[in-house]
Amino acid sequence: MESMSKDNSILTAEGIHKSYRMGATQVKVLKGVDLAVKRGEFVAIVGASGSGKSTLLHILGALDKPNKGVVTFEKRDLSGFSNGELNRFRNKTVGFVFQFYHLLDELTVLENVYLPAMTGKSVLGWLACRGWAKNRARELLSQLGLAERAKHKPYQLSGGERQRAAIGRALMNEPELLLADEPTGNLDSATGNGILEVLEKLNRAGQTVVMVTHDERIAQRAGRIVTLADGKIEHRHTR
Amino acid sequence: MYKIILPIRYLLKRRITYFAVIAVALCVFIVLVVLTVMAGLVNEFKQKNHRFAGDCVVGTKSLVGFAYYEDFVEMLQREDFIEGVSPVIKCPALISRRDSEKKKQIEIMGIDPAMHSRATGFAETLHYHKSDAPNAFRPAYDPNLPGCILGIDLELQRDAQSQYSYDASPAPVGFSISCLPLTAKGALAQAGTDVIDTKTFYYSDNAHTGLPKVDGSVVYLPFEQAQQLCMAGAEKRANEIHIRFRPDVTLEQGCSKVEAVWQSFRQQRAGADLAYLLDNVTVQSWKGYRRESIAPMEQEQTVMSVMFGFVAITTVFVVQVVFYMIISHKTKDIGILRSLGVSDFDVLELFCGFALLVGALGSGIGLLAGWAFLVKINRIEDLLFERFGFQLWDRTIYAIGEIPNRVELNVVVAIFLSAIAACLVGALVPSWKAAKQRPVETLQVNLL
Repeated sequence: MESMSKDNSILTAEGIHKSYRMGATQVKVLKGVDLAVKRGEFVAIVGASGSGKSTLLHILGALDKPNKGVVTFEKRDLSGFSNGELNRFRNKTVGFVFQFYHLLDELTVLENVYLPAMTGKSVLGWLACRGWAKNRARELLSQLGLAERAKHKPYQLSGGERQRAAIGRALMNEPELLLADEPTGNLDSATGNGILEVLEKLNRAGQTVVMVTHDERIAQRAGRIVTLADGKIEHRHTR
Repeated sequence: MYKIILPIRYLLKRRITYFAVIAVALCVFIVLVVLTVMAGLVNEFKQKNHRFAGDCVVGTKSLVGFAYYEDFVEMLQREDFIEGVSPVIKCPALISRRDSEKKKQIEIMGIDPAMHSRATGFAETLHYHKSDAPNAFRPAYDPNLPGCILGIDLELQRDAQSQYSYDASPAPVGFSISCLPLTAKGALAQAGTDVIDTKTFYYSDNAHTGLPKVDGSVVYLPFEQAQQLCMAGAEKRANEIHIRFRPDVTLEQGCSKVEAVWQSFRQQRAGADLAYLLDNVTVQSWKGYRRESIAPMEQEQTVMSVMFGFVAITTVFVVQVVFYMIISHKTKDIGILRSLGVSDFDVLELFCGFALLVGALGSGIGLLAGWAFLVKINRIEDLLFERFGFQLWDRTIYAIGEIPNRVELNVVVAIFLSAIAACLVGALVPSWKAAKQRPVETLQVNLL
């Protein structure tokens, strides 16, 4: 049972239900999902298109709320968080990587990477820490092989480079949890492989990663695979 | 900091934003130019009325006038808040050149030019006697002849540049002025006989008040002679007393004090024979006295302000449309920012900051362009007139010299703030909607 390992878990989800209204019908997407993620784990959530895996990821990252069920992070129930606490949770504790990168076109790559540090601070706070933030962003870009691209705009980068920049942004505030939603879904095989190598490397360094994918082969790169089908966790597999 | 950086980048990178900036700039430009010109015209017109009337007028509309005015003038002259007092005779009359049978209806104003110049801006309106007002009724060609000062439009005509052509000295022309003298009871003097009193006066100067009705119908005569023409009977009477206050006295204070002096005077004269003539006498500030002339101009200004209020509403609408378009293109950014922990209030602030920037830039450009246009407005009008014969106001009809173009700082500040407020109002609804969007929706990912 998932609950057996709850004591060591950084993130847990219990009995998560989520439904959406599509026209006149109510579509039940998640029908009682239970999941626990341990600190330092690399978990892949696999499922067919429309199985609800992205929805689950958004709920785990406090981008969305479940209709029913409890999500806890370090034993704290996210439903008890105020709006301010949820914003701080998204800013400091979680890093998101999206399939379509979602970089801001108006900012340079470097600015995109240090954006989370900027959004978490007031003007004065930012002025006090901007030196540190810029150095940290340059360091991340260097680690991700994008040092030469720092001053470029996102549209001047390849898909793989954009995704690496997005990973850099997700890591900017040293989050405890990295949530990746189909991070290779928009990339060719070789480039996608490079991104997975980055995630593996991060995980080896102690980063907790939860990745959503529809591709079993990509999921094999994770330490644990969870299959989502018909709105429930159907199958668990540890590498 | 991102709330400063992102709006600047949006402004520089999104061409659609330029339309919002241009819309705001155009509206600000139009409002500044129209308000400046309209306010200038109204203020100029008020100043001319003030110069014509003095600060305060004690008088009656009755052609009979009121008696004992000399005593009241003496009382006023003893007051320390009074700078000048001038009794005036007013009555309708007919005028004709001595060499012509053609008669024209006029209004006589009987004045003492020295007293009237102290109480009003009369001396400034003269052409030949500007610096010698006390002798204004002495024609240069024969100082012994009884002189008259004609409202400028009675004798001269303006050209298209609003200029009058004066001779080096007044032409030796005599005018016959006829009127019907009235008794203190309002009856025609010498009823049953030839009641029309006619006298000849000689052209000594022109008065140019800038008030078309005055300049086209008023003939100034020496006070005593006008009194003889218009007022029959033993008791001397006047129609009005024009008063100027000392510079440190406000209009309200001065008028209140004159009212008090008048009431005291009335009580003293309560039992006099012609006390009933004092009943219809009123004390009015120059604004009240000239209300019939000023009110339509002020009304016009109000109407223009309301019309340009609609322009401001249009600006709000244009900005709102542009912001809807911008924000609809920026929903992804909102989702990204929300995923990075930005609150809905921060999103609202971000787009309101953007609106502030658009408003400040647009109104800055509009104010600068409006100011530059106003500085050159008369030159531009001259050029248009020289090249195409176009004139904003036909100077042969309207008593307008130069188009007023003095930009008032308070108007500039009010327009600047209003434009920014209009942009904020326009951006508020789309920004609020953007702020309230759920992050997962704005990221446009497949929910399932």
